[in-house]
Amino acid sequence: MLAKRIIPCLDIKDGQTVKGTNFVNLRQAGDPIELGKLYSEQGADELVYLDITASHEGRKTFTELVKRIALEINIPFTVGGGINELKDVERLLNAGADKVSINSAALRRPELIDEIVKNFGSQVCVVAIDAKCENDTVHENGDPRIDGDWRCYVNGGRVPTEYKLFDWAKEVNERGAGEILFTSMNHDGVKNGFADAALRKLADTLTIPVIASGGAGCKEHFRDTFINGHSDAALAASVFHFGEIPIPELKQYLASEGVNVRL
Amino acid sequence: MNVAIVKYNAGNIGSVENAVRRLGLEPMVTDDVEKIQKADRVIFPGQGEAHSAMAYLKAHQLDEVIVNLKQPVLGICIGMQLLCRHSEEHDTDCLGVFDVDVKRFQPRVHEDKVPQMGWNTIEDTKTDLFKGFEKPEFVYFIHSFYVPKCDWTIATTDYTLPYSSALHKDNFFATQFHPEKSGKWGERILKNFIELTIDS
Repeated sequence: MLAKRIIPCLDIKDGQTVKGTNFVNLRQAGDPIELGKLYSEQGADELVYLDITASHEGRKTFTELVKRIALEINIPFTVGGGINELKDVERLLNAGADKVSINSAALRRPELIDEIVKNFGSQVCVVAIDAKCENDTVHENGDPRIDGDWRCYVNGGRVPTEYKLFDWAKEVNERGAGEILFTSMNHDGVKNGFADAALRKLADTLTIPVIASGGAGCKEHFRDTFINGHSDAALAASVFHFGEIPIPELKQYLASEGVNVRL
Repeated sequence: MNVAIVKYNAGNIGSVENAVRRLGLEPMVTDDVEKIQKADRVIFPGQGEAHSAMAYLKAHQLDEVIVNLKQPVLGICIGMQLLCRHSEEHDTDCLGVFDVDVKRFQPRVHEDKVPQMGWNTIEDTKTDLFKGFEKPEFVYFIHSFYVPKCDWTIATTDYTLPYSSALHKDNFFATQFHPEKSGKWGERILKNFIELTIDS
């Protein structure tokens, strides 16, 4: 049986790992390659390296770092940030990335998804979606902002678009993307759990895997997103970087809760 | 030890090169017929689409070269599928080392997503390729097509049905998963491949 995946995300700025809270206020959290190796040895199933400033500043991504990661890391890794056109994708794949994650560029020009799929295959194309629920009805069970109006944002959550989450996710799926990485901007950095109701709706309607992102604060949140959110994978950053949740302990816990994970 | 990695129009070849380097070897990535024939070990890797891959191999006379190799050969992912007789992927005739046909996964329930992407276990492992495997271990898969269980199966995995996650016949070994991306167990498989003798 296919295992549920745990994916540490390393946000990179100037060659170093950083993590923001609600997409602002960055603080240092280590060397990207050393951290990646450590996570791999601890049982992380994949890694995501995001060049967080690239999209905003129009800077090209970090090809040299990607080459070094590819030499050292023996599990799959995805890179993202500042990928605007097919030649960015080609450069990063040639540098050794297994997958690329596109976000703003896909919303600006959805045909980019088709081009990546046609040239390199679905499996390399992860589409990241940052969305925010704008009419936040708090439900009785405390899980906030479920059925409201989810709007997609670009430029690291700075600029709203006309796209709605579920419509856009469906289009991404139909265009042939391999996975969707959904970050709830309402949940990100708050450490109160993933956006499980929205994730469940995505997972149950799409035909591609859904990666949950934004909101991990404790081990139970991972269990909840796998069991209640039907997520295929869960991504987090600060809880791993600062040792708040050691990955081996997390996986043992998930296994004990009946979640199929790689031990 | 001279390791040749077959260069053709498939993705993911650099990952295999890096993985062999992590074992302390310096592989050649080449489509040079003579270099491939003279290598001690040949890895036939890849990630891609069967029809265009076969067309490329034929155009470069690599199809004949590969099937006639006598040293240990390791096909990976599409490399394994190309070593079979035929693939449902664009109705492609393949190399025919393994007399078995490649099928497309048929999802039974919504959770059976195609491609299978992620970590799954390999069981009933046989041959020295899996030396050191004492229980089902997780390895990394990305694929939409699969090889059914057959006479050459040396590992099985369950995804919508039990299928062949590795094959062996004579000097030919093949894995559907990506040992180069499968953490320490993947590394062990590559090391085993480098160290194995064909008579084993």
